Amino acid sequence: MKGGARCIDAAQLAVLRERYPRAFARTPRERAVFAAILVGLAAFVMFGLYQFDASPVRIWNGLERFGKIAGALFPPTPGDAFWDLVKAMLETIGMAFLGTLIATCIAFPLGFFGARNVVKLPLFRFPIRRSFDFLRGVDALVWALVYVRAVGLGPLAGVLAIATTDIGILSKLFAEAIENVDRKQADGVQATGANAVQRLRFGILPQVLPIMISNALYMFESNTRSATILGIVGAGGIGFHLSDRIRAHRWDEVGFIIIMIIVVVALIDFISHMLRTRVIKSGTNRALLLETYHEQQRAGVR
Amino acid sequence: MSSQASAAIARFEEEFARLRRRQRIQLLVFAAILLALFFGAAEVSNFRLDRLLAGLPRIGEYIGKTLPEIRINSFFGDIAYWYYGFFRWLGLLLDTLLIALMALLFGSVGGFLLSFPASRNLSGNVVVYFICRRLAEIARTVPEIVYALIFVVAFGIGPLAGFLALSVHAVGAMGKLYAEANENIDERQLEGIRAAGGNWFEMIRFAVLPQVLPNFMTYTLWRLELNIRSAAIVGFVGAGGIGQELYTAISFNYYEDVSAIVLMVVLTIMIIDLVCERLRHKIIGKDNLQ
Repeated sequence: MKGGARCIDAAQLAVLRERYPRAFARTPRERAVFAAILVGLAAFVMFGLYQFDASPVRIWNGLERFGKIAGALFPPTPGDAFWDLVKAMLETIGMAFLGTLIATCIAFPLGFFGARNVVKLPLFRFPIRRSFDFLRGVDALVWALVYVRAVGLGPLAGVLAIATTDIGILSKLFAEAIENVDRKQADGVQATGANAVQRLRFGILPQVLPIMISNALYMFESNTRSATILGIVGAGGIGFHLSDRIRAHRWDEVGFIIIMIIVVVALIDFISHMLRTRVIKSGTNRALLLETYHEQQRAGVR
Repeated sequence: MSSQASAAIARFEEEFARLRRRQRIQLLVFAAILLALFFGAAEVSNFRLDRLLAGLPRIGEYIGKTLPEIRINSFFGDIAYWYYGFFRWLGLLLDTLLIALMALLFGSVGGFLLSFPASRNLSGNVVVYFICRRLAEIARTVPEIVYALIFVVAFGIGPLAGFLALSVHAVGAMGKLYAEANENIDERQLEGIRAAGGNWFEMIRFAVLPQVLPNFMTYTLWRLELNIRSAAIVGFVGAGGIGQELYTAISFNYYEDVSAIVLMVVLTIMIIDLVCERLRHKIIGKDNLQ
């Protein structure tokens, strides 16, 4: 590279710059658009902060108070309720597990009804798909509050809340998995003289089952996170203790509970991830492909 | 010949029966484990069938009560009566939207900055990588509403607390997602920039960003959908938006308000989801054309 004709000197560079301006810099129009976007964002932020009533004094005082709180989180201590907290944590996991299990059982048939290649008439499919949207559009915490009113305080409300949202999410994911199956296998089963049920059982189910299990496991993982907060509205689990300690400003205990949540969630994530990898690997190649697709879909729903 | 064939068939049958047996045993073991887990979970979370059956009719009753009375001959009057607080709720819904969008902006900028030191292949320093990655994971594990509870104490009741809560959570969540996208890039382009004498920032700008920007944009749109959902509920603990109103309506049994507000929230979420999906397809479509 040293010296030779391959190197470009300043004059050549200037020529090139003139001939291909876009390779060297943005056009004035692009620069104007970029600047306009920046100005717009800045204006939006100013408007937002104004709307939130965020004066510098308020932010400063808040940060100071937050600093004190953050300092008070350490050293974390369970107070005198360590076993109560452990019990509440187990209750949280139990709620997530039951909610997911119930939702999976209900979403399994619903998924077939929402799939384009099973229910062919859009007239039937449309209201089913929209009701999935409605179920998952309402957050589990809202359902929890409603169920607490209907069935009373306690984890039952939490289980039902998780199940309700999950029916919406899982049915949608199941329906999409079923829509994406390889038709040829189902056709092959049909060609041997199978009826509609046998076609589902031997042509479609083997393809989608690994994905369904993987999705259910993923939802269990995500529900463990949601279940930690349902107690805030009285629907059982660790959330009750957490909001109780925050309202009483017992920050060291808050710190302990938060660490507990982080550890348990990480543990459940790890176990679920391990199981999911095994389930998917035992499936076909297609399952692997669909799983990558669903990985993206799920990031959207949760 | 035929004895050979029948022997082969017998071998096949034997093998088939063996596989079936193994499958059945596996199935039984899994069923047993699942059942044990089910009873364990039912035990710790106090889940009883009789309580569930007693509760189910009350849920139906409750939902029935929230539905407004709408007659054909006074249709518009009934709708107006049902949505008597429409403009106030609309204002609160806009607040909710603002919380979600502001948190999206701060969260994506924060996550963007955090993602580079939190990527194994870009951070250059294992300690920095480890700390940044764990920081992002911890920030995203703590639920928004817990941050909201704490920020309400620190910053006072109102949307500021909700915005901050969602932002902190989003920085963690997006930092992790972005970092994962960074780790999946084609490393050869990094080497190209490095070989041409580019520094770290030039490497990020010219080797990483062109590869990950479409991913970042789809993740950001996903985040918007999640942020809207969270912004609608942080009001439960006093952190602004429509949640406060919904909480009051449910707590004080203003039945018809509950259905009215929930319907508005769900419609908003559906619209945002739809818009995001369109935009996502557009981004992915453009990406595929290139």
